[in-house]
Amino acid sequence: MIAVDVVKAAALLFLAAVLEVSLVSYLEIGEAHPEIVLVLLVSLALLRGPVLGALGGFWAGLVLDTASLGTLGLTSLLLTIAGFWCGRFGEATTRSSANPVLVAILLATVGVGTGSALLHFMLGETLPVSDFVVGVLLPSLALNLLLSYPVYGLARRLFPPAPKERRAMEVGAVG
Amino acid sequence: MPRQRTARLPALGHETQWPDGSSRSARALRARLVAVALVLVSLALITVYFRESSGGALHDAQRIGLSVLRPFEVAGERVSRPFRDAWGWASDLFDAKDENEKLRGQVEALRQELIQSRTAAQENDDLRRLLQYRDGPRFPDDYVGVATRVIARPPSAFKQEVVIAAGSNDGVSAYDPVVTEDGLVGLVTEVAPSAARVTLLTDQQSAVSAVVLQSGATGIVRHGPSSSTLVLDRVDKDKLVAVGDTVITSGWRVGELQSVFPYNIPIGTVTAVGQNDVDLYKRIQVTPLVDFESLGALIVLVRRTAPGER
Repeated sequence: MIAVDVVKAAALLFLAAVLEVSLVSYLEIGEAHPEIVLVLLVSLALLRGPVLGALGGFWAGLVLDTASLGTLGLTSLLLTIAGFWCGRFGEATTRSSANPVLVAILLATVGVGTGSALLHFMLGETLPVSDFVVGVLLPSLALNLLLSYPVYGLARRLFPPAPKERRAMEVGAVG
Repeated sequence: MPRQRTARLPALGHETQWPDGSSRSARALRARLVAVALVLVSLALITVYFRESSGGALHDAQRIGLSVLRPFEVAGERVSRPFRDAWGWASDLFDAKDENEKLRGQVEALRQELIQSRTAAQENDDLRRLLQYRDGPRFPDDYVGVATRVIARPPSAFKQEVVIAAGSNDGVSAYDPVVTEDGLVGLVTEVAPSAARVTLLTDQQSAVSAVVLQSGATGIVRHGPSSSTLVLDRVDKDKLVAVGDTVITSGWRVGELQSVFPYNIPIGTVTAVGQNDVDLYKRIQVTPLVDFESLGALIVLVRRTAPGER
């Protein structure tokens, strides 16, 4: 991971966060809306690993919490974990899974959604489980999966996979 | 194509290395440390944010951050407004369709309620007027009024009849007169326990002995040329009858025999009078006071039975 990648990812996530609070949040279906920041974060983490995933999640969460005057740190916590996990997931399965992007976004959406519900529950903000699952989680999941390939494609253009000699592990002292 | 999982080659006895010189385990450890640190920072932020007052450092920092973000949000809002408008227009269109369906349903329900309400009000008025009539001086002395409603009107061009919701259980008998507060309606011709058939005055089989209130000219009221008119027949030519005179039941009594209709029940108003040399009687057209097309509440006049009678 190089500094340029970090700066690019931070700028991209910042723009995505601004876009999410200014446009995407209006595209409501039921009680849910597409989580463009999460989808982008998952894509970046898959492409650049867990460190950038965790850093990007923390940063994007801060921006989202600040822009919405929400509880500072709440979204950061969730997105940090999601970014880190997706980075590890990408390292472990990218070359063996048929649809790593879809799987990662599916699991990240469910994980972040459930984690968010649990944290809000602990903070005293409750929502009936059926409303949450049917009205929020499932529509969000569908919208995020719809966004997955376009956003991943964009991220892949901006963060092209490392050259083969960098991606492939070198076996020290061979030869 | 064989999978390149060269990252896992510990069997060679060498630590794998990335181009930047770091080993895989070191990178994984660094990633974990970064993630744990960020998680801890997040938890600290949440804790401090909750514990401090709204004027605390984190809240201030958040407000400053928001003011920094504001231009970007404004720009984003402006850029995205056309898309939002388009989305809003599309969703409004769907919402409008749904709302339209709902409103149509509500309008239909309200229309039904309005109809029921008007019907109830009309029924209330009818019954109130019937009560006034029954308790008033015009009500015949020897009769008891059984208030009832029309429940059916058989669609027949040959019969002018209605079915009422009172029968023998209510004391109604055959040949009991039926009236409204406006005047005579007809005669009960068939009785069931909880219903009865009333043959209207406009039926071809109906005939009522009547008298012109102003002149005392007597005759028989029968059906007229149309279903809404009556004819006063058998009035001598020497009797004076004028347009506008009121025709009422005569209620005759001869010995033990008496008319089924009591005296002084209004029947109608004279609307035309004519005579010619060859006719034995005057030709008198009477417009009934009762609107037979919109019969609702009725009163069946049940004769008070004296001991040993009936």
